[in-house]
Amino acid sequence: MDFSVINDNIEFLMLGLMRSFQLAFFTIILSLIIACFIAIGRVSSRRSIRYPSAIFVNLLRSNPLILIVFWFFFLVPLITGKTLPEFHTVLIAFVVFFAAYFAEIVRSGIQSVGSSQVKAALSTGLTYSQSMRLIVLPQALRNMLPALVTECVIVFQGTTIAYVIGMREFLHSTSLVAERTVRPVELYLFAAFVYLVICFAGTRLALFLEKK
Amino acid sequence: MNYEFDWPLLLEEPNWGWVIEGVANTIQLSLMAWGFALVLGVLIGAIRMSKSRLLRFIGTTYVEIFRNIPLLVQLFLWFFVFPLLLPDDLMRAWNRLDGVPFFTALIGLSLFTAARIAEQIRSGISSIPKGQFLAAYSTGLTEVQTFRHVIIPYAFRVMIPAIASEFLTIFKNSALTLTIGVAEVTGAAKTIEAYTFRGIEAYSAASLTYMLTTASVVIFMGWLEHALRIPGLIGKR
Repeated sequence: MDFSVINDNIEFLMLGLMRSFQLAFFTIILSLIIACFIAIGRVSSRRSIRYPSAIFVNLLRSNPLILIVFWFFFLVPLITGKTLPEFHTVLIAFVVFFAAYFAEIVRSGIQSVGSSQVKAALSTGLTYSQSMRLIVLPQALRNMLPALVTECVIVFQGTTIAYVIGMREFLHSTSLVAERTVRPVELYLFAAFVYLVICFAGTRLALFLEKK
Repeated sequence: MNYEFDWPLLLEEPNWGWVIEGVANTIQLSLMAWGFALVLGVLIGAIRMSKSRLLRFIGTTYVEIFRNIPLLVQLFLWFFVFPLLLPDDLMRAWNRLDGVPFFTALIGLSLFTAARIAEQIRSGISSIPKGQFLAAYSTGLTEVQTFRHVIIPYAFRVMIPAIASEFLTIFKNSALTLTIGVAEVTGAAKTIEAYTFRGIEAYSAASLTYMLTTASVVIFMGWLEHALRIPGLIGKR
């Protein structure tokens, strides 16, 4: 094995890694915002809100991310009438997909707060939205923080799927160098190591938050 | 949006054959991988709670490695790297095998999912408040009795949603194996789309497969979760 091939191509590889980070970052921010609305919709007492949110979440959660990406690559040009840059198309697919997962985390955070808390809040004269905002969500946020961090790690791992449609994220850059230099062993081991270090840091953070 | 639907297209050959083969491969692959992963996962989960420090270390290292490397990267490692690391004659034998993509996918999926299941078991047990243990011990129960009568019944119920979603994850994760050439259902849909430009019909067929499979599991698990819920937490209405 000759790991100097990594060093020779480090700039190209790091460019890919940056692209992976970008995709993960924007996915997390945008899908988390959407997720909060959907989660509140999921625990709403109104059926007209609860059912559509449940359908959205279950529809996406029962499909693999890779299939959702294929769907959006077919649908986005069909709907908009033009081809968006692949980064944008992938981002849209990722945001829609992960919003469903984040929504479930936020929902289970809300539901982890004891029902007596809601009853107590309502009995002091707070409205439903006030008791959600002031009593339930702050406690829910604390409870769901570890799961949120874990999901962020999953989003970062998920960025590898952009490989399939040829976006130059880290795995794709790795495979390009592997093909050109005919050194797949070194390159894929390196990629695995990089992902391992980053995701290990993330899961340790989640564990630390869980213990706190 | 300007799109003419052509649903009967799916029933034409070779499309129908691809769909059927894809569905069969997806189900076969996920069921087999699920079986292996469950056995291995429980085993690793158990050695992570063992008294031996070495066993605990092995269990933890396994989980951290297989959980923190993305599945797609793991599949590539098994597919591109693993055969190259074998001794020459073994490598030739491996390459001569029929269905190398399928075996590779099976190994990759099982080992990846085992780590996740082991982790669910650990976090299920550790989600139990310390007071439960202390209360159980103070009533005079032994460690084994505490686990059997107090902790496991509680942990089991806490773990159901997580384990259920784990069962579903493996069905969906099997879609990734199209990258190493397994003809599973998402790959079949992609092929049909590439040949006919009928993306909506092709992807609908794939989505339907996943949704029908997961819907049945979700409904069953939802019923189970409701039946075993712990009073005092906000449950499903």
